[in-house]
Amino acid sequence: MKGLKRNIDKIKPHFEKGGKLEKLHSVFDGFYTFLFTPNETSRSGVHIHDSNDSKRTMITVVLALMPCCLFGMWNIGLQHYLAIGDADRNFFSLFFYGFFAVLPQILTAYIVGLGIEFIVAQMRGHEIQEGFLVSGILIPMICPVDTPCWMLAVAVAFAVIFAKEVFGGTGYNFLNVALVTRAFLFFSYPSKMSGDHVFVQLGSQQAVDSFSGATPLGQLASSSDGAVTLTNVLGDPLTATDIFFGFYPGSWGETSTFCILIGAAILLLTGMANWRIILSGVLGGFFMALIAHNWASPLYPVSYLTPFEQLGLGGFMFAIVFMATDPVTACRTNIGKYIYGALIGIVAILIRVYNTGYPEGAMLSVLLMNCFAPLIDYCVVNSNIRRRMRRITVKNS
Amino acid sequence: MNLKKTFLPLVNPLSKDNPVIVQVLGICSALAVTAKMEPALVMTISVTAVLAIANVLISLLRNTIPSSIRIIVQLVVVAALVVVVDQVLKAWNYEISKALSVFIGLIITNCIIMGRLEAFALNNRPWPAFLDGIGNGLGYGIILIIVSFFRELFGSGTLFGCQIFPDWWYEAGYQNNGMMILPPMALIVVACIIWAHRSINKDLQE
Repeated sequence: MKGLKRNIDKIKPHFEKGGKLEKLHSVFDGFYTFLFTPNETSRSGVHIHDSNDSKRTMITVVLALMPCCLFGMWNIGLQHYLAIGDADRNFFSLFFYGFFAVLPQILTAYIVGLGIEFIVAQMRGHEIQEGFLVSGILIPMICPVDTPCWMLAVAVAFAVIFAKEVFGGTGYNFLNVALVTRAFLFFSYPSKMSGDHVFVQLGSQQAVDSFSGATPLGQLASSSDGAVTLTNVLGDPLTATDIFFGFYPGSWGETSTFCILIGAAILLLTGMANWRIILSGVLGGFFMALIAHNWASPLYPVSYLTPFEQLGLGGFMFAIVFMATDPVTACRTNIGKYIYGALIGIVAILIRVYNTGYPEGAMLSVLLMNCFAPLIDYCVVNSNIRRRMRRITVKNS
Repeated sequence: MNLKKTFLPLVNPLSKDNPVIVQVLGICSALAVTAKMEPALVMTISVTAVLAIANVLISLLRNTIPSSIRIIVQLVVVAALVVVVDQVLKAWNYEISKALSVFIGLIITNCIIMGRLEAFALNNRPWPAFLDGIGNGLGYGIILIIVSFFRELFGSGTLFGCQIFPDWWYEAGYQNNGMMILPPMALIVVACIIWAHRSINKDLQE
């Protein structure tokens, strides 16, 4: 570590003002502050609320994502070997199968996304922001395991440029970048983002006869009559434990409610995520699922799911915990956060149940509420102003 | 100098005063008909024809139209021309006419046409009005053609219906981008054109 520091300090003057590599200052600065704490301090008085900077925030969120990420990798291997009828393998064999299946996607997302961020920061002469650290790992996690890398690259480039950089970069985006990437993929290449063939990686192997690669919500969306038993890849019925721990096919990061809850605990204990959004989101989803379940009809097969199954299946919990709580795109006011979270939960279940075209509504619901977050804040602030104005006038008269 | 001034109404709308990307008019039809190049081209020709002839007619009538009913007169003239265009198209190329469906009829509501009649034809002589009509029609058309070029190329892999990307691309895993066919992408392509246009013409930046 000391040697590294000495070497970097040696080349540092080249990147300072007047040095020969001055143009690449922001790239150097990005790497330097990533490796070491900057040793420049401000000379006048500072006003620090919290020593938490955005680098630490980002890395904490990445840590909170790790349980889902590691479980997802293992689950990819499990689903793959179940599908080819060879599931009797040890833990590491399953894990490393998944690890190497998603490694290219993670690398693609990071290289493309960070590449664009570096170039834009360089062009504008800004410091490099670390916003993409989280998006880069989130993006592969919410995509099917078989998404081709070039599609991912196109979608990441689109999302980073049009959802983030044109609005001013990290911290100015009004839409969640990871979800914009997924929405772009979903609408651009629907055959690779939904259906029976993308959520379980078969490779070149032959699947067993009873194999069905549809996700639980996919099975429901394509069923025509009411009473559907959810099945795993082999056609065996799913138990509540399977649903809670996530032993079923899906976008690989989001299947396990258990791991998502661990992540949520990390985020809440470190104060990174806001509990109001998570609480109201879960309650909103539960409430809507209860209504749907109460008036279940064969027209909308998803409405037969119990509220607990609704919360446990698909990307609902993942979206609530990791997407809705993104502090940049969520509401700022506390009352606004309750409204915002509750509406995300309600709309997600609403789309899932009553729009048979979309098996999962969490993505669309979070994006929709991202658009409305500033409006909610505006209303909350204004109603507060009106209330206090009335108090003043009552006192004065 | 004089010549330049005469042709100003023709040249100006092509770039500096473009109806779509500078005045931001006619966006609706620019989104609706640009999924393929052929309809976009036909739409360009139709709008240019209607706009040029309507401009001339209104310009000829400009001293006789009472200002209180001028909008109605303009509408009657435009509607008559649109009906003619619609019938010609049906007779000449029924397939395209069907592909454009209501959008030919909706030329009546195209903001560019009413805007030019109000802003230019009512105050100018027929010849400049004619040039202005042609210029604005082509300015609208350029954007339509550029947008439909990108949308058809990446959305369907074709240009004017001919396949561009070789088959082995598709076998290697390439797929057409379904979002390019959807209207939102047209908006984003128009935005990109505006972006590029404004960065070249710095005086247009607000």
